[in-house]
Amino acid sequence: MSSITDPGKQQFRLSMLIYDTRYRSGTIQVIAMIGFMLLAAWLISNTAQNLAALGKPIDFGFFSEPASYDINQRLLDYTSRDSHLRAALVGLLNTLVVAVLGCITATILGVIIGVLRLSHNWLIARLMTIYVEMFRNVPVLLWIVFIMAILIETLPAPRAFKGVETGALVLTNRGFYIPEALFSRSLGDIHLLGESSLRFDVSLDFIAIIVVLVASLYASHVIKTRADRIQAATGDRPTTWYLRLGVVVVPMVLLLVALGFHLGMPELKGFNFKGGTHLRNSLIALWLALSLYTAAFIAEIVRAGIMAISHGQTEAAAALGLRPNRIMSLVVLPQALRVIIPPLISNYLNLTKNSSLAIAVGYMDITGTLGGITMNQTGRELECILLLMLVYLTISLSISAVMNWYNESVKLKER
Amino acid sequence: MKKSVLLGAFTVAGLAAGMAAAGTKDDVQARGKLNCGVTTGLVGFAAPDANGEWEGFDVAVCRGVAAAVLGDPKAVEFVPTTGKTRFTALASGEIDMLARNTTWTFSRDVDLKFEFTGVNYYDGQGFMVPKELGVSSAKELDGATVCIQTGTTTELNLADFFRTNNISYEPVPIETNAEAQQQYLAGACDVYTTDASGLAATRASFEDPSAHVLLPEIISKEPLGPLVRHGDNEWGDIVRWTLNALITAEELGVTSANIGEVASSTNNPEIKRLLGSEGTLGEMLGLDAEWAKRAIMAGGNYGEIFAKNIGEDTPIGLARGLNAQWTNGGLLYSPPFR
Repeated sequence: MSSITDPGKQQFRLSMLIYDTRYRSGTIQVIAMIGFMLLAAWLISNTAQNLAALGKPIDFGFFSEPASYDINQRLLDYTSRDSHLRAALVGLLNTLVVAVLGCITATILGVIIGVLRLSHNWLIARLMTIYVEMFRNVPVLLWIVFIMAILIETLPAPRAFKGVETGALVLTNRGFYIPEALFSRSLGDIHLLGESSLRFDVSLDFIAIIVVLVASLYASHVIKTRADRIQAATGDRPTTWYLRLGVVVVPMVLLLVALGFHLGMPELKGFNFKGGTHLRNSLIALWLALSLYTAAFIAEIVRAGIMAISHGQTEAAAALGLRPNRIMSLVVLPQALRVIIPPLISNYLNLTKNSSLAIAVGYMDITGTLGGITMNQTGRELECILLLMLVYLTISLSISAVMNWYNESVKLKER
Repeated sequence: MKKSVLLGAFTVAGLAAGMAAAGTKDDVQARGKLNCGVTTGLVGFAAPDANGEWEGFDVAVCRGVAAAVLGDPKAVEFVPTTGKTRFTALASGEIDMLARNTTWTFSRDVDLKFEFTGVNYYDGQGFMVPKELGVSSAKELDGATVCIQTGTTTELNLADFFRTNNISYEPVPIETNAEAQQQYLAGACDVYTTDASGLAATRASFEDPSAHVLLPEIISKEPLGPLVRHGDNEWGDIVRWTLNALITAEELGVTSANIGEVASSTNNPEIKRLLGSEGTLGEMLGLDAEWAKRAIMAGGNYGEIFAKNIGEDTPIGLARGLNAQWTNGGLLYSPPFR
């Protein structure tokens, strides 16, 4: 006889925002959000007010003004007549160069040291422990300054080489000079983006080399797949090494001869060495210090990654008859990479951000150009620092994105 | 409604923050110390002595201002700044004034919003090279590696000089004078360039100063002087007229030694106005009558400061040259105290 009635639709009352658990957390979040936004608005308005009171409203017009200063290491053509934007770009490239060089060197060193630290050889393991503890417990700035001081104080000045026959590699206290690649029948450059601040040249020689290299590697790959197929079908693997080597080497040699490839040697002329590639002492000090410092951290990450793989795996692989180095490369490292990569990303980010210490040795990275001389000469502190933060944020996020993509590809595939 | 009140309150707070920066003199007096930006160490201009006391030509200006405003030349907190950090330090209010051989230029005065309160040293950019290089003119420096303090006008002059003379060079940017000295002495750069006075001061601190020469070219005008922030004219006036008081004192023959005697015996009305026994100049500045007297007693008049810190009897050995009084053929010319 009794009928079930729906509970009457409850009237919404304002007090429910606080007393009803369904809404409470939402209310608190909304209030917190409003508070946060007000705080941010206040900070921004305060800054804008004070800048206006100072007569310096935010303005990025200075970017098109001539920079009027010179930069020693430039990967783009640049003179003091170019704009501040171009100077910032030259600095950005310098930052990227040292970051990329540093990340590569730090990874190689770190992996070697991390593996050696687990070595059964007592001496090697202890030496690597000393290395790790020494480098990661001293601030990187000190290492940068220290290495720079060593370069400056111990190596001879260029004028000490007067009348001395120098070889292909010259070590001076202004940096290292190495031979450069020259092409006597060069294909020339293509100039992109005309006369704008973002213009850049692309060397056709370089493109030709890359194209030939990719093509020959592909050809080599085709030969390998064919050999695999024959092996699968017949059980006999045809000898292909001379084919694969030839298909890579011969076209490259032919191309280089056609382009008139030769090495330009450094020669002492006047105050400095001319010719060859000049690796400035500031670049070397920064690169070396950042690599050695970060390598210590990477070594620990690699060691942790290897130790995370249970010993049973190694024993099982050994029981299958694998030799120790094959165990390492086929069984342990592929699994260890899953543990290694996430903390490795943050070390790459650290290295890149630490490269902003470049000014300590006068390396003109983006902090030195945009956040240094440009900021100083134009007095646009806020604009420059904001841009600088944006640049580092972009670089860091790009590194993260690439590394996360790589991490996805080595991650344990769950099905 | 409520929101607009809130925003209004924030706006007022923002304005108040902007306005608070205006009363530098009151801030300094309330604090009891003058925050004065100086170099990180350039012998003769600003460097700590063996006892850790800052001394030098620029330091004397800070001490003069502290004596005028606070009555105590020692009530100065010296803040070492580099070429790069100095303007930010001043603009942000970290320091009350900057006395750091800073060149007075149009863009710094107008665009960077600073107020130069005068010139305490007329300088120009020079080059120093080791004697063994056998260089006798800056135009022979094609291809040389040049050490340069970054964030300075010298950096820009250098680029202009080499470009207009169509010769190449390799700049090595350096943060402080000490680092430049290290690189230069080790031969990591062939040339060190900065203001000629700075070169002389740096050379004086070398083990063998005679092994280095200053090239004859002076490639720029570098009027160096103390500066303050835009927008606080009262404070700017105090710094400007303290410097002028030191210069005028030399012109009128008032020294730290004879000041007591001159003050009581002189009949020269300008000296009387300067030393506060006549007129109300101190009151106009918002200070007491004896402000200039204390400033002069702090380190002596301009001539005494020059002779003691960088003059010909010091290791730095700079001649007065352009920095002589106008009566002696120099450029020092203080407006009258009237």
